[in-house]
Amino acid sequence: MEPLEKKIFRRRKGDTLGWEFILPSVVLIGLIGIPIIALVWRSINSNIFSFALSENALNALKLSLFTSVITVVISLVTGAPLAYLQTHTNFHGKAAVDLLVDLPVVLPPAVAGIALLLAFGRQGLIGSYLDKFGISLPFTTAAVVMAQVFVSAPFLVRSARVGFSSIDPQLEEAAKVEGASNWHVFQHIMLPMAGRAILTGVILCWTRALGEFGATLLFAGNLEGVTQTMPLAIYVGFEQSLGIALVLSLVLVTVSLVLLAMLRRLELQSQP
Amino acid sequence: MSKSFVMVGLILLMALSGCGTPATTYFISSTKGPDITPAVTQQVSETSVFPHTLTVYAAASLTGAFQEIGNDFEAANPGVNVIFSFAGSQILQTQLEQGAIADVFASADHKNMDMLVTDNLVAPNTYQDFTTNKLIVILPAGNPGDVQTLSDIAKPDLKLVLADASVPAGNYARQTLTKMSTDPIYGSDFSTKILANVVSNETDVKQVVAKVELGEADAGIVYISDAVAAPDLLTISIPDEYNVIAEYPIATLTKAPDRDLADAFVSYILSPIGQSVLHKWGFKGVTR
Repeated sequence: MEPLEKKIFRRRKGDTLGWEFILPSVVLIGLIGIPIIALVWRSINSNIFSFALSENALNALKLSLFTSVITVVISLVTGAPLAYLQTHTNFHGKAAVDLLVDLPVVLPPAVAGIALLLAFGRQGLIGSYLDKFGISLPFTTAAVVMAQVFVSAPFLVRSARVGFSSIDPQLEEAAKVEGASNWHVFQHIMLPMAGRAILTGVILCWTRALGEFGATLLFAGNLEGVTQTMPLAIYVGFEQSLGIALVLSLVLVTVSLVLLAMLRRLELQSQP
Repeated sequence: MSKSFVMVGLILLMALSGCGTPATTYFISSTKGPDITPAVTQQVSETSVFPHTLTVYAAASLTGAFQEIGNDFEAANPGVNVIFSFAGSQILQTQLEQGAIADVFASADHKNMDMLVTDNLVAPNTYQDFTTNKLIVILPAGNPGDVQTLSDIAKPDLKLVLADASVPAGNYARQTLTKMSTDPIYGSDFSTKILANVVSNETDVKQVVAKVELGEADAGIVYISDAVAAPDLLTISIPDEYNVIAEYPIATLTKAPDRDLADAFVSYILSPIGQSVLHKWGFKGVTR
């Protein structure tokens, strides 16, 4: 940490960046920073702690933590092997798969919500068959997790892909010459070596899952304790009782900042 | 089939306008129509030299009726553009409180209008009721929950969707359920049983209609006007003794950029022409 900071400092001193750089930067920093400061300021000045322990806020907090952790586990278990396949094999339609997996990153979440409804809703493509077995996904906690996986797993896959592709292919070949199976290579060489990139992916995936709103509202609805995650409680609370919205916003900002700081640390560590 | 496509299209439209943003803004272009101009609006069209824009914030349940009235108003007043923002009244109220600029606000309840009065955002002497609405139970085509009577809504495991308690329609629905619970026919635990069936509290009444129309829910409680706007749905009417009469107030806002035009629009809504359009969409008149 220390030497790096010094390096940045030196570079700043050497270059003379004028107002033409500073002014536009200040505008953008203000646009992002002032609302965050306002949120914290307003929270401190209103009696938010009475809301912090309200049942509504706690239910949303618990549900958000529960669903987002499951989302990360599912994304990891399915996303890491997928990223490995994408970087280590060349199959028919690979380009299409690559595109498909990246799509949710740029897709508006509301579109994801409608797509999920049309696929897994009671009259959906798959949902109508599930319904015959008595399985109905919309309005359940499972639907919240599905919406979160849909929008956030691609972040993990993208990150893991970068990790896997940066590993020297000779290492893998050497291991195979020694008689290691594909699974062994994946488990004992690739996973540890791409560990940092995958961890970065996990953090990105987690923050995205915690913030998921649009797809959840459309596909899972809004019911306290079942599908009302923090962002939904903030949206409903904003109209009803600003206190709950404020305290949950503050929690989300804090959690996001901590996760981002961890991410930053990882990035700094991985720099040569 | 075509109906479901329309639904998908509608939802896509909502999605593209950003689901997170509470209000959907519709732009209604000017169309030429028969010259049925009442005296009040005549005055406006005579004085309008430049194109005027009128911004109306209206409860989601008014969507169909107000779009039609807006078109008629534009036709009667050349050079006038009416822009609507439809959302749950409580969302619009919050937006106006936070500084959104509009000429007219039409709410689905008194509560949200009263809050604006407290904030001095309603122009004096313009606050008045202009229409009423009642509640009805809607079921998707095919009736997957096999709901035949009102008491069937209390069946265990039925999927019921309501508007959130903060939304006027959700508040009225809960009032109705409370009234029914006092009747021995339904039993005192009727409301509790029904509320246990609620799978989602939607953020405006049109979202309730959408969830039922897609067949995701077995039943929903919405306004009669919503059922009129979605003719494919099956309905069960709620008898008057339990029903809530939702009174819709309208008012010109203090910060209205075009006060005269705003007053003219309100007069148009209250005129026989405006009232007949509201009637067509399932709304009822105000008993004075």
